[in-house]
Amino acid sequence: MIAYALRRIALAVPVLFGVSVVVFLVMALIPGDPALAILGAFATPETVARLNADLGLDQPLPVRYLIWLKGVLTGDLGRSYALDRPVLDEVRDRIGPTLILASAALSLSVFFGLAAGVVSAVRQNTAFDGAVRLLLLVGISTPSFFFGILAAQWLGVELGWFPTGGMVSLFGGRGLFDLLHHLVLPAVTLAVVATAIVGRLTRAAMLDVLRQDHVRTARAKGVAEDRVIGVHALKPALVAVVPVIGLQAGYVLGGAVYVETVFQWPGIGRMLVEAIGRRDVLLVQGGVLVVATLYVAINVATDLLQAALDPRIKT
Amino acid sequence: MGRLGLGFICVAGALAAGVAGLVAMGAGRAAIPPDTLVIGQLAEPKSLDPATVTAVNDFRILVNVFEGLTRYRPGTLEVGPGLAERWEILDGGKTYVFHLKPGVRFHDGTPFDADAVKFNLDRMLDPKHPAAGTGPFPLSFFFKPVREVIVVDPLTIKLRLEAPYAPLLSNLAYPAGLMVSPTAVTKLGRGFARAPVGTGPFRFAGWESERQVRLEANREHRDGAPKIDALVFRPIADANARLSEMLAGGLDVMPELPADSVAAFRGDPRFRLAEAAGPHLWFLILNVREGPTKDVRVRRAISLAIDRETLVHDVLQGTATAPAGPISEAFGPASDPAVTPYPHDPEKARALIREAGAEGARVTLLAAEGGSGMLEPIAMATAIQSDLRRVGLDARVETFEWNAYLARVNGGLKDAAMAEMAWMTNDPDTLPSLALKGSATPDKGGFNAGYYENPELDRLLDEARAEQDPKARAALYRRVDRLVHDDAPWAFVASWKQDAAVSASVQGFELQPSFLMDLRMVNKK
Repeated sequence: MIAYALRRIALAVPVLFGVSVVVFLVMALIPGDPALAILGAFATPETVARLNADLGLDQPLPVRYLIWLKGVLTGDLGRSYALDRPVLDEVRDRIGPTLILASAALSLSVFFGLAAGVVSAVRQNTAFDGAVRLLLLVGISTPSFFFGILAAQWLGVELGWFPTGGMVSLFGGRGLFDLLHHLVLPAVTLAVVATAIVGRLTRAAMLDVLRQDHVRTARAKGVAEDRVIGVHALKPALVAVVPVIGLQAGYVLGGAVYVETVFQWPGIGRMLVEAIGRRDVLLVQGGVLVVATLYVAINVATDLLQAALDPRIKT
Repeated sequence: MGRLGLGFICVAGALAAGVAGLVAMGAGRAAIPPDTLVIGQLAEPKSLDPATVTAVNDFRILVNVFEGLTRYRPGTLEVGPGLAERWEILDGGKTYVFHLKPGVRFHDGTPFDADAVKFNLDRMLDPKHPAAGTGPFPLSFFFKPVREVIVVDPLTIKLRLEAPYAPLLSNLAYPAGLMVSPTAVTKLGRGFARAPVGTGPFRFAGWESERQVRLEANREHRDGAPKIDALVFRPIADANARLSEMLAGGLDVMPELPADSVAAFRGDPRFRLAEAAGPHLWFLILNVREGPTKDVRVRRAISLAIDRETLVHDVLQGTATAPAGPISEAFGPASDPAVTPYPHDPEKARALIREAGAEGARVTLLAAEGGSGMLEPIAMATAIQSDLRRVGLDARVETFEWNAYLARVNGGLKDAAMAEMAWMTNDPDTLPSLALKGSATPDKGGFNAGYYENPELDRLLDEARAEQDPKARAALYRRVDRLVHDDAPWAFVASWKQDAAVSASVQGFELQPSFLMDLRMVNKK
């Protein structure tokens, strides 16, 4: 098992390297540059060239990449041009809010997705099953930007139940309750699609397992129905569901980019959007590297969990 | 119902109860305190060092922290005393002597004097200045004709220019001319951009990234403390989110309304809509060097083909008017009232295009996705495209993200026929001098991306720049207005009526034609 884990982690290194090369190339290929973003509408080719030279951007691309890579290997992600502060500090400030948002959304989608899938499968072809399937279909087809705007408008503006944006109140109460109060809308928005995907998959996997011989045997032996569903059926069904939950963790991190913008959540997704607009190459590199590392870590963890659930998977 | 179902119901019930609790607790959530004014910003400021920024979004904060030697009189673009109480113009406009107000101090307690003025101007103009590294200073060209800054005595400063330069007084009132504390800049270096120190009615009290910039009343200000205790500028980049926040009561002022949301505020008693026309111009730069637009008949045809009224009323929902020439009506007598917008005349446009042999010619229109002052650039480009197709031009739109757009357009139009552009300026000299003069083509470091060259225009602009008599100067700009309108190197499309939604409890809020937002007189009921 440990050897398997190490092998999976070793495989992650070339992935991260590849990601960093691609991001570096893409940022170099899109038109516009940091100097232009700093100088604004009054930038002239001459002042842009001078500032680019000051920022060290006049050097050839491979040289710039190697300088960056050398820094990364020594724990230095460089300095953001636009914010004039170390990339590592900015990323450290921003990753916390994103993790809070993503883990809340993922917990919601795992809980409700599994529950909906299991109940729907157990009561296959009842009205309840039909309603859940319809809900899941709507959930999977609703883009989060649409859902987010509707939720902010209705629950935030019209009813005034939740703040329409931010992570803590600007005035007065800052504390756990305040944070949770701000978290509800973005977390639910981010969770919608993931819940629907997990729910549909759980239902399909459960239906498949419930028809298998060992379930019939368990029932014949007189095992309590709860135990049949919760242990004999759900555990093997999870083998199919866990990798999808892992994938959803990745999608939730990606979806955070939009949800953070709509709800002014000060996370890494919004940081990336703004950094790209400003062509803040090193900040984009640093941010993407951290997100990619998280993504890879989640994938490795998913693989390991799957292996633990299903002894047939070779470790 | 088994234990599994019961477990699920318990957890779901607990979650629902928790959320209900949050709603209940949040119901009493603190609203904006009455002594604080919250302004919704389009973006996080780039910097709070006035010499380094170009965006109106950042100017809104800066003019409350800093002051310049001169200042726009409320409701006008006329310049009155600021930190200088009076001045003399000598040598036929080549020497300016400013007499500074005595007893003015920066928020850090250091005196504002002639040395401070010299530090401020030299920092932008002299690349060898000890604080030159706090740049770049993109608007330093506002003071380019200044050859020497001489401290006469602590309260007198003399500027020697290489040539007479009438826009100087107005440029000194613009954010690039706002005076920063030399002590603070020297101490903090580039860090000054996040901890600004000025002489203005509000002092800097904190900047939390992506959350707020906070200013507090400067009670020692020589004109007395401002009426409100604190200003909070909240960056909310997403227009829908900004709108939700305003409607939910999280903002007191929301400037630069998306055109589609203006109707939502009009007629809602909880809000007031503030408007003020200013020298904003949205135009198409036409390629005068190559392609069909080289022919003045085609250029005029384009101006005749564009249905400005429909654009202004439907696409922009009445938030703009149709401009006639390069000199905005907001500049008063400098704009020629006899110059009227090109009428919408597709018949005549088609005839001109036929005459020029440009029927079916392919023209590329470069469009931005957003950007400072660009209004609704994609919707406008699409409308213009269909207007041009109707008169026989094969118009294609190419869209770019703002940053990429500036790189593409500021470098010159090259093979494209036209490009959208918008400017907000402070003096009739600025726009034509920077973007229409023969000496302002991109290869010479200017913004004349359509390569227009007209010696007559250049001569008029040089003369106007040197003219000290405001009436004679205005007369010269009226000729500029007429000439550019007729020669049509640009097609003038819209002039934005700057707007803001203001909560009904806010009093004394006025938008200024300068696009600057001085909040010292604002109060809340």
